[in-house]
Amino acid sequence: MLKGLIGKKVGMTQIFDAAGAAIPVTLIEAGPCYVTQVRSLESDGYSAVQLGFGETKPKRLTGGQLGHLKRNNLPPLRFLREFRVKSPDVAAGDQVTVETFQVGEHVDVVGTSKGKGFAGAVKRYHFKGGPKTHGASDRLRAPGSRSSTTTPGRVYKGARGPGHMGFDRVTIQNLKVVYVDRERNLIGVNGAVPGPKGGLVVVKETRKQ
Amino acid sequence: MTDFVKAVEAAQNPNVPEIQPGDAVSVFIRIKEGSNERTQEFKGTVIRQRKGGQNANFTVRRVASNGIGVERTFLMKSPRLEKVVVYRHAHVRRAQLYFMRERTGKSARLKQKFD
Repeated sequence: MLKGLIGKKVGMTQIFDAAGAAIPVTLIEAGPCYVTQVRSLESDGYSAVQLGFGETKPKRLTGGQLGHLKRNNLPPLRFLREFRVKSPDVAAGDQVTVETFQVGEHVDVVGTSKGKGFAGAVKRYHFKGGPKTHGASDRLRAPGSRSSTTTPGRVYKGARGPGHMGFDRVTIQNLKVVYVDRERNLIGVNGAVPGPKGGLVVVKETRKQ
Repeated sequence: MTDFVKAVEAAQNPNVPEIQPGDAVSVFIRIKEGSNERTQEFKGTVIRQRKGGQNANFTVRRVASNGIGVERTFLMKSPRLEKVVVYRHAHVRRAQLYFMRERTGKSARLKQKFD
């Protein structure tokens, strides 16, 4: 069964649960998504459902993209994502809405984290940095030594250091669905979700329960 | 987008009147003990009020037995708040009355404001 949606992060707030406790909630404007293609074992070697989200102007898409959507008489959609489904219960052209998910379910949310640019080792890997006092003049956020001496005479591959941070695909597992609004196509999950407001996120059934 | 956020947020609690720093108030809050629910009263002075959406809150300070100060912060929109009763307003010149923490006895009084 298909359990997945593409959406946009709206922002965070807090709501009160039945016991009166305030719980942090991230709102996601998810769907309505359209099934743009159903991939099957016979024709593609794997079975999946391709969903489309985000109506846009036809001129923003290429002819190939428009043709792909036109085959099922779908509006121009900006984002297409695939969801692996064992036995698809939908057909191309179908609409998928937030009703896919119910309050109390657990979901995984995939997003692109905020880019931090070229970041130092303290920020990127939580290195301790150097001393502030005792004669240290410019060692406060220094990463320290990268490797040993003549043996091995090189820096090991994968050694942690400064570099580009953020703008990665990040999955947050096991977020609880606490709010579903069919009219506004809103879904609320307990906790934070990667990416900026307005960023594209994918909500799907959780892998681990 | 902010409209979406507002749509989800709880409405103003009708049982919480407008309060100001320095007000003498009683806060009636529903608490759960095991399976049964009861209402507890917390009586004291409002020493801080924080506005801003869902997280709007206020802190009430009271002096318990043995002169031990007790401060409790309540969320304005919490459904656990049964009601808030304001007994008197006070003439205060600042928004956060943290100076009350150093005061006891007579010096901990606030001048009443009539309006």
